[in-house]
Amino acid sequence: MTAAVTAPRRRRRWGSPWAWLIFLLGVSYFVIPLIATIEFSLRAAYKDPVTGEFIRPSLAAYELVLKDPKFVGGLLTSFRIALITIAVSLLLLVPTAYWVRLKVPRARPVVELITLMPFVIPPVVLVFGLIRIYAPPPLAFLNSTFGTEAVLVGAYVVLSFPYMYRAVDTGLSTIDLRTLTEAAQSLGAGWPRVLWSVIFPNLRGALLSGAFLTLAIVMGEYTIASFMGTKTFGPYLSLLGQNKAYEPAAGSIISFAITWAAMFAIVIIGRANRGRTQPAGAP
Amino acid sequence: MFLSLSGIRKQFGDHVAVHSFDLDAAEGEFVSFLGPSGCGKTTTLRMIAGFELPDAGSIRIAGEEIGRVPANRRNVGMVFQSYALFPNMSVADNIAFGLKMRKVPAAERKARVAELLELIHLPQSGGKYPYELSGGMQQRVALARALAIRPRVLLLDEPLSALDAKIRLSLRQEIRAIQRQLGITTVYVTHDQEEALSLSDRIVVMSQGRIEQIGTPSEIYNAPATEFVARFVGTLNLLPATVTDAASGRVRIAGRELRAASAVEAPSGSSATVALRPEAIVIGDGGSEANRLDGSVSDVTFLGSIVRIRVRVEGVDAVVALDTFNNPHEAPPRIGDHLRLAFPPEALLVLPHAPDAGPVAGDESLAPA
Repeated sequence: MTAAVTAPRRRRRWGSPWAWLIFLLGVSYFVIPLIATIEFSLRAAYKDPVTGEFIRPSLAAYELVLKDPKFVGGLLTSFRIALITIAVSLLLLVPTAYWVRLKVPRARPVVELITLMPFVIPPVVLVFGLIRIYAPPPLAFLNSTFGTEAVLVGAYVVLSFPYMYRAVDTGLSTIDLRTLTEAAQSLGAGWPRVLWSVIFPNLRGALLSGAFLTLAIVMGEYTIASFMGTKTFGPYLSLLGQNKAYEPAAGSIISFAITWAAMFAIVIIGRANRGRTQPAGAP
Repeated sequence: MFLSLSGIRKQFGDHVAVHSFDLDAAEGEFVSFLGPSGCGKTTTLRMIAGFELPDAGSIRIAGEEIGRVPANRRNVGMVFQSYALFPNMSVADNIAFGLKMRKVPAAERKARVAELLELIHLPQSGGKYPYELSGGMQQRVALARALAIRPRVLLLDEPLSALDAKIRLSLRQEIRAIQRQLGITTVYVTHDQEEALSLSDRIVVMSQGRIEQIGTPSEIYNAPATEFVARFVGTLNLLPATVTDAASGRVRIAGRELRAASAVEAPSGSSATVALRPEAIVIGDGGSEANRLDGSVSDVTFLGSIVRIRVRVEGVDAVVALDTFNNPHEAPPRIGDHLRLAFPPEALLVLPHAPDAGPVAGDESLAPA
């Protein structure tokens, strides 16, 4: 009798075994390749300078990757381009999403459709289009490093549309946009001030989500960067994979760690921000 | 006049939200826009604030035309129903926001914020965030924020609607006290007649985008200009009647001749509606000049200090409600009891028949509480 009563109770507390099985399968799908990559990256032998012996496992692959100026250069270039992409995306999409919600809500489905374009047009098609337009004169931007990076930023802004626009739009839906705007206007604020002092700070969590998703996309992007011949992190990692055994695995783990650090930053900053961004009118 | 609205009109698509609207408010006056949802009161307020542009007409403050001036350059303070405090700013920063926009020096800003926090009785709350305050406190901060810029006109859009009854009452008195203290011209939008009656110097009653009546609370309540005003403001008994002698103010209801205190506008022989306030009716024969109706009790409602009795009037399909004070030593009448009701000629208002009058005459419960 007791067992009959306690079994469902225990099941309620720990959940169904089937749910656990599916959860563990899902976790395995992500974790096993990760563990395998880490394990593989540690197989690179470290030669003891004194004894001349080869030591395994070791961090030799990580040491080689981190000492390679091309790795650091590629990483910094990708990071710089990612930051510029984030800034351009925010400057473009926040006012757009704000204006659409406030002034032309009927245009929202159209704008949403436009932002989904990267899901319909693959990067390889996008980059061919960009090369055809920006390689030959009169718009031969791809002939200079600055021009190439500018076109690359443009392409990445487009690639980040679905993530950034949705993050911003969701953030805007959590605040009483119209009333906050009108309150700021009645106090003397013009449009730029309303956006900067009232809208941006109340979207902090949403903007961070969009920004870090964009960062993750740009840091790992290969197709467009490779076709444009830029020395960013994605092409570097691919090149490394063609010539070395353990270093690409080490490089992948480093980029994975950077991305996860960024994700944790979202969670921490989002939590710190949560209390201050209660919806307007909340008691 | 300090605030002057002349021939204001606003149309959204095919719907005319505000028809030709005229209002002159003196400096320091407290004017309320009263009416049901969709009557155009908030649209009119938003046009004064600059959030909507009028299709026609002019808006002047102290003689200056502001109809086309952007909202951020009007120097008009606004308090919203949903408080609209900036969630990312502290209470002090919220109050100082308008001063910052005007590039007021930091020291002066700080002093003004402290002064306003004192005014709203929240001197220790400057460092708090809006989410740490109750609804009533948030609305007081919103009021302080609107007052910080020393606006020429203060606009309040149903500021108490989101609050519970007790806080609504205390904040209502506080708003009026602050308004009197600062002598600021105020326009207050509400659908709550009690709020409008207790706060205002004058009330603008609106319906379907038109002004029904402008008057003092006493004029609006005691001498409603239209059947709509009579129905909307206060609880009212409406009875169908026939005008028998317009010049001497005589009408007939259920075969009984009743007399108004003054001549009736409707011509003799025409149909009219007689309006009676519940508090003007007494049980019994009344004075020698009193009008009288007979009926039987259909319902008795105990409301605490007041007992509301509904009486079905003999010979006419209408129920009349009357209020008596609760007397613990005297039992209220029972359902079915026969009663004689009396009321003075001054209490009898004869309203001309409005074709779109709405609810069935005599149903006092249709009037908003």
